[in-house]
Amino acid sequence: MPLLRFIAGRLVKGVIVLIAIATVNFFLIRAAPGDPASVLAGEAGAADEEFIRQLREQFGLDQPIMTQLWLYLTDIVTLDLGFSYRQGRPVLELIMERLPATLLLTGAAFIFSLTLGIVFGILAARRVGKWSDTAITTGALFFYATPLFWIALMSQIIFALWLGWLPNTGFRTIGADYTGLRYALDVGMHLILPAATLGLFFTALYTRMMRASMLEIAGSDFVKTARAKGVPEGRIVRRHIARNAILPVVTLAGLQAGQIVGGAVLTETVFGWPGIGRLMFEALAQRDYQVLLGVFFVSSAMVVLFNLITDIVYRVADPRIEVGR
Amino acid sequence: MKAFFKRFARNKGAVVGLIILAIILAAAILAPLLYPTSPWRMVTRPFLPPMSPGGFWLGTDALGRDVASGIMHGARVSLIIGLVSTLTALAIGIPIGALAGYFGGLIDDALMRFTEFFQTIPAFALAIVIVAILQPSLYSIVLAIAIVSWPPVARLVRGEVLSLRSREYVQASIVIGQSTSRIILTQVLPNTIAPITVMASIMVASAILLESALSFLGLGDPNMMTWGYMIGAGRTRLIEAWWISFFPGVAIFLTVLALNLVGEGLNDALNPRLSREGG
Amino acid sequence: MSVLAIDNLSLALPKLADRAHAVQGLSLAIDAGETLCVVGESGSGKSMTAHAVIGLLPNAVKPAGGSIRLAGRELIGLTEGEMRKLRGRDVGMIFQEPMTSLNPVMRISDQILETFESHRMFDAQQRMRRTFELLEEVGLPDPKHIARAFPHELSGGQRQRVMIAVALALEPKLLIADEPTTALDVTTQAQILKLVDELRHKHGTAVLFITHDFGVVAEIADDVAVLQNGLCVESGRAQDVLENPTHDYTKRLLAAVPSLTPPPPKDLSGEPDALIVRNLHKTYGGRGFFSGNARKVIAAKDVEFTIKRGETLGLVGESGSGKSTVGRCIMRLTEPDDGFIKVGDTEFHGVPPRQLRPLRKRIQMVFQDPYASLNPRRTAGRIIAEGPEAQGVPRVDAEKRARELLELVGLGASSAERYPHEFSGGQRQRIGIARALALEPDVLVADEPVSALDVSVQAQILDLIQDLQKRLGLAILFVTHDLRVAAQVCDRIAVMQRGEIVELEPTARLFENPKHPYTRSLLAAVPGAHAKMAAA
Repeated sequence: MPLLRFIAGRLVKGVIVLIAIATVNFFLIRAAPGDPASVLAGEAGAADEEFIRQLREQFGLDQPIMTQLWLYLTDIVTLDLGFSYRQGRPVLELIMERLPATLLLTGAAFIFSLTLGIVFGILAARRVGKWSDTAITTGALFFYATPLFWIALMSQIIFALWLGWLPNTGFRTIGADYTGLRYALDVGMHLILPAATLGLFFTALYTRMMRASMLEIAGSDFVKTARAKGVPEGRIVRRHIARNAILPVVTLAGLQAGQIVGGAVLTETVFGWPGIGRLMFEALAQRDYQVLLGVFFVSSAMVVLFNLITDIVYRVADPRIEVGR
Repeated sequence: MKAFFKRFARNKGAVVGLIILAIILAAAILAPLLYPTSPWRMVTRPFLPPMSPGGFWLGTDALGRDVASGIMHGARVSLIIGLVSTLTALAIGIPIGALAGYFGGLIDDALMRFTEFFQTIPAFALAIVIVAILQPSLYSIVLAIAIVSWPPVARLVRGEVLSLRSREYVQASIVIGQSTSRIILTQVLPNTIAPITVMASIMVASAILLESALSFLGLGDPNMMTWGYMIGAGRTRLIEAWWISFFPGVAIFLTVLALNLVGEGLNDALNPRLSREGG
Repeated sequence: MSVLAIDNLSLALPKLADRAHAVQGLSLAIDAGETLCVVGESGSGKSMTAHAVIGLLPNAVKPAGGSIRLAGRELIGLTEGEMRKLRGRDVGMIFQEPMTSLNPVMRISDQILETFESHRMFDAQQRMRRTFELLEEVGLPDPKHIARAFPHELSGGQRQRVMIAVALALEPKLLIADEPTTALDVTTQAQILKLVDELRHKHGTAVLFITHDFGVVAEIADDVAVLQNGLCVESGRAQDVLENPTHDYTKRLLAAVPSLTPPPPKDLSGEPDALIVRNLHKTYGGRGFFSGNARKVIAAKDVEFTIKRGETLGLVGESGSGKSTVGRCIMRLTEPDDGFIKVGDTEFHGVPPRQLRPLRKRIQMVFQDPYASLNPRRTAGRIIAEGPEAQGVPRVDAEKRARELLELVGLGASSAERYPHEFSGGQRQRIGIARALALEPDVLVADEPVSALDVSVQAQILDLIQDLQKRLGLAILFVTHDLRVAAQVCDRIAVMQRGEIVELEPTARLFENPKHPYTRSLLAAVPGAHAKMAAA
């Protein structure tokens, strides 16, 4: 089946990319000022002679560089992402604990931004030139130009602190032992602000793209054909214009996957959301480089997987692309 | 040239953007004159609200530093970093894109795989990692932003060069016997300046956003007072002293907005297409 | 009562256009089962007329007077809702570009079904049955398979058939065809014309057919109306207008249509060989390390011919025949996979790029698109002078030569200071020819040099090329898809099909006695080949 072959091929390419990223990590550590061992040990671990000795052994720091690279890569393949001295636990464990929260956040933000972006884009295009179009495009420009973390802070002030409508920080209400549906609702309430603020920038992006795409497609020959057939206007917008205009937006969304994962660092920091983004922030403050690089690697893996999914979705949506290539 | 300015001026948003940019540029230049003391210096009581007597029209922060001074001086940092990192990204991306587009074949394949690889890595995470490991400084920040920003340039230039290469007047240049370097430099690249310029203005905006995010996380150059840093510093006192985080955010917003508007104006001026009218 | 009756119609253009009306005072009528062709060059307003009837004028253009009556019902003034009900049901339309006229993400059957759904005709079962009937009626093979297909899987001709099926699905009284065959190959064009003709006889549909090609008029029209700059300068029964045109413009247009009579034979016995091509091979497909198995296309296979000094060889074929590739390979714009090319007494193939450059002046090219072949940022004089300069001629001399050449091609030396956008299409093509001649080549490769020009301008450029050839003794390889054009200027014609030359004969002999079946079908497909038309 061509689709399976395609997926297999892309997975292989994805693995190659990840190996390349690990190699980049490897050379970055060597590029840092100072001895690689103390860099890897981080601020806290640098004081512990025993720990540093262990690191030297593990990474083979007195061996030729190629051996070192090999050791490093084999570690990565076995999912050994190192050890955090500061937290006293393996990096992989720390990451796995927090990964679901980040997936929830980025997933929600992605769906939110894409849906809203498409809806607003269509609205603005259909009412082009009228005040509603101007309002939407101005709004889009506003959210596009404002820094993500600032919107997060401001919405935190307004919605959580002043108005008290939504919770301020965290994943769930501490102390309350909710289960089942109530738990899900609780998490959902906590999710609203972070996901919305993370998604707003991308909503703006997709709105602009969808609007431009709609306007361009509206002038296409096949739209004229549909009119000449006597197809009602509503149907033309749905099945002819929007259906085709959506394709470049989906492509764009796929390319933006990396940005959403990066933006999660900021959102999780502001809202205290217990994901890998916040882990990265803490690792920065603690100069815990193994954790830092571990998070970087995992987020890259997320992006690779994510790109694959959007690519498949796109190929299914656009029949012009042969799935097997 | 005159036609260009006329077309640009027709986009009112772009004109507004240009004015805002001029104001910010003026702030950056005039900062050392209007606020000669370093923005890091404590000048008065902490947590003064905006419009406080004594000329502290934007208030002071947790350590008694003048917010307005921070913003003026921050303008210089933002503009410089934005400009330099964009120029660096262009210096990397344009040659890669031009070579890939003009020569095609294996060179194109190899260069494009290389570019794609960089685009797969989450940009912000990579920037964080680079700055963290190389230790935060003006140079590491500029380097990190440039490394993260060049792939779209390369793709754009490659696309333009590819389409220009098959344009008939470029083929005519080959046929009359012009040398390859002459063709690339005098026939192809001049016709790519328009889209590159538009992209550059957007890139400066992105660079400023990226730099402010890095500073917010504590990865800014420790010697420079930047807008991102100010927002981050005011985080813990959000309820009582909202202005510490508020005004630098407005400053970033205005700068980025202005750059985007100017970029759109440039696009209209350099690509006189009628599709803007819609319908 | 006529199916379509247009009376004194005027369409107003927006203020900044180059004239006030797209169409002024136009009157015409079509009866059931009849075909009326509206003929004109670009900008004549013929397409606007078609769009006005079906109510799809661009926002900027508005009816400013007169009436359009469809089966007695006045169309001007109807609301959009009322017009929509008419479209597809009482009047159908097919457009010029088959490649972009169908929704790329919708299956073929759905595109036809949509017509039924939009007008709430028939039930689901009847709709499917009707769809298959239509697909068969327009001559599409294997309707069950085509129904499930997407547009990109079909060829241009097949897509145009689908468009016809869509337009005629509800058996409208009037079919409007806006240049539906212009973007098609000659043989496909003939098939589509035949199909439209058959269908209108079968269903009694009135047809309003827009075209710029008098050959098409000769082939299918009962009546004809000739438009110039928005005014109808002549109209009447097609046969009458074609054989006895009364208006000057009509006469000029008819005279400009290249006839199928070949030029007088030249005496080339003493002339040397200017271009020798042997064993030319070129295959496309499967490039690069990382890409998959792209489809292989044989663009040129064992191509071989010789052109003498002062002779014009035509290379004729449809799209995909490889004729353009052959031209480009000879110029070494694309590298052939294999082949022997000799220009004069110099071997041209296999020469490494650095040594190739000075040799390039022996063989030059005239390109197809007058709008894309000139660098918009250079003046005409600079464009022409760049060639000699690249070959080492000092700037002053090169610019002087440029001005002389501009005179030679009929543009005047003062146009050296002007930019391409200040010239018309035909004038730009003259600049392109001057550029090619600036290097004093022995051989000229003309790649569809008149295809993008209006008929009247075509004739001028062809005359210019022939005149220059006589004066300068050029050998010309004339690449074209249009047999009539080739007939006018070529001494010998090589017919190409799928990368191979299937027949190479002197022009007269080729037309009188074509041997290869493909040549024969090509000749038969030329619209109006057998009709009588007033000649120059």
